[in-house]
Amino acid sequence: MKKTSGWNRLSLTRKEAIFGYIFILPWLIGFLALRLGPMIASFFLSFTEYAIISSPHFIGLANFVKMFTDDPSFLDSLRVTLTYAIFAIPIGMAISLAIAMLLNQKVPGVTVWRTIYYLPSVVSGVAVSTLWVWLFHSQFGLINLALGGIGIQGPAWLRDPDWALIALIIMSFWSIGGGMVINLAGLQGIPTELYEAASIDGANAWQRFWRITIPMLSPVLFFNLIMGVIETFQYFTNAYVMTNGGPGRSTLFYNLYLFQNAFRYYKMGYASALAWVMFLIILVLTLTIFKSSPYWVYYEGLRKR
Amino acid sequence: MELVNRTGLPSQRWLNFRKWFRNFRFKTLITIVIIPGAILFIAPFLWMISTSLKDPKMVYIFPPQIIPNPAVWSNYIRAMTRMPFQDYALNTIQITVLCLIGHLLTASMTAYGFARLRFPGRDFLFILLISSIMLPTQVTLIPTFIIFRYLGWVDTFKPLIVPDWLGGVPFTVFLLRQFMTSIPIELDEAAKIEGANFFDIYWRIILPLIKPALGAVTIFVFLWNWNDFYYAVIYINSQNKWTLQLALNALHRSSAAPDKSFMEMEILMAASIVIMLPCLIIFFFAQRLFIQGIVITGVKG
Repeated sequence: MKKTSGWNRLSLTRKEAIFGYIFILPWLIGFLALRLGPMIASFFLSFTEYAIISSPHFIGLANFVKMFTDDPSFLDSLRVTLTYAIFAIPIGMAISLAIAMLLNQKVPGVTVWRTIYYLPSVVSGVAVSTLWVWLFHSQFGLINLALGGIGIQGPAWLRDPDWALIALIIMSFWSIGGGMVINLAGLQGIPTELYEAASIDGANAWQRFWRITIPMLSPVLFFNLIMGVIETFQYFTNAYVMTNGGPGRSTLFYNLYLFQNAFRYYKMGYASALAWVMFLIILVLTLTIFKSSPYWVYYEGLRKR
Repeated sequence: MELVNRTGLPSQRWLNFRKWFRNFRFKTLITIVIIPGAILFIAPFLWMISTSLKDPKMVYIFPPQIIPNPAVWSNYIRAMTRMPFQDYALNTIQITVLCLIGHLLTASMTAYGFARLRFPGRDFLFILLISSIMLPTQVTLIPTFIIFRYLGWVDTFKPLIVPDWLGGVPFTVFLLRQFMTSIPIELDEAAKIEGANFFDIYWRIILPLIKPALGAVTIFVFLWNWNDFYYAVIYINSQNKWTLQLALNALHRSSAAPDKSFMEMEILMAASIVIMLPCLIIFFFAQRLFIQGIVITGVKG
């Protein structure tokens, strides 16, 4: 008998299992080496002081204590990120829903309009940042020129600590196309019979919106909300390129501050602690949204108890 | 028009007219709201194109010149020769292509393993995969950086490429697996009877059937890598290894250097348009796939 017979003698189930592991092997290596391992490592690093050139030394909870008692930059970054989340996410969701509802009507040229509204979310990265630096230019930017046209003296936007964050929030509304498309698909999934039945029962447009559209769309809104929270905590490129956290610390987003600690000041231990706090905040917010979902998210086929 | 017929009820023609009129009025109203919004959304692009074609002396003037006259196309040449952009484009293309190949291959392999094959621990491992979707990359960033630094990979393309060869991101694996589970398992059984092994089934049956999903993943991965600034700024230092995003950031900084109020905006906008262009072109050619991908991620994800 040749050696290969060992393989042939294996049962089909065994063979299938072996192939199963072979197929997921690249992922498994990646998961262990780039996710699980580093996750555990960063957990331990968060209790150390580690400047990468010397070896880490254990300092207990000092990083976390410092964060909340002796680091105004951290508290500012938290405030900036949460402020952005509180305004940019709900307003952005409302705008994207409104546009989706308008573009769900069979008006002439609707595909062209959809494309135009979606187009800004196709582009991202530094090119978008530079474009908005120019749009927000205090004298010759399009926004202040337009405001000047209707007799309003626009602020200095990115160079004014009171306006820089507002500018970035306004900018975020330009790329709501992704949410709009998801909402549009959600709207098209609502059976028209529901609206017809409601009309026969005498429901007006406002009631139809609150009693049919919103509940039927709530799983989509739920998804957009959670993604919005996660993305806000990872906000980086615009803050880095457009304002670098300034003026002052008015746009010091959480992820930018984490980056600065890790790769500018080489405080790897402190940055790890920041990452874990970020993770916990996202986790708590996501769980809160999840826990609240039975009260406002409606899943077809599932009845509220 | 006869408004009332002999029975005293409104005539059919009147009812039809009224219905048409109401519909017309409704659609006109909607269009009146849609158009200004669309202008608002397209205006930044037009402003960008306009600025990129302006004579440097015409950029900072009041009132602004909306349509550049003369149109200075040489701004684009000036922008692209300001830095060795062709080198940065080659770097970016190299990274993007290698990421795409690795991502499509290993993510689909993983998805196939989880969707079609039975092995001990599969469900547990899949739960791990799903839960890692929610894990922010920042939690693993620093030890990953230390590992790559230890391997001598900092300031090479490897930290940007290798993760894509190790299963891509959990989200795309999940997406591909969802598609694969919707294919009837009988196809696999039939192929096995014909003597096909698991690689044949994966390569010849499953992959061709999930082409639309692979298309959507291709677009996502392309955009992620083309537009990536975060990882590039973390891992790449040397100027000859810059990606387009890093180069554009440097151009932005240098053009702002002497006096912040007079950046060479025409150059910066021209460069930005060139760098955005591949994304826009892909969008126009694969619009349906694009939208489909977004919808799948949002509604079924």
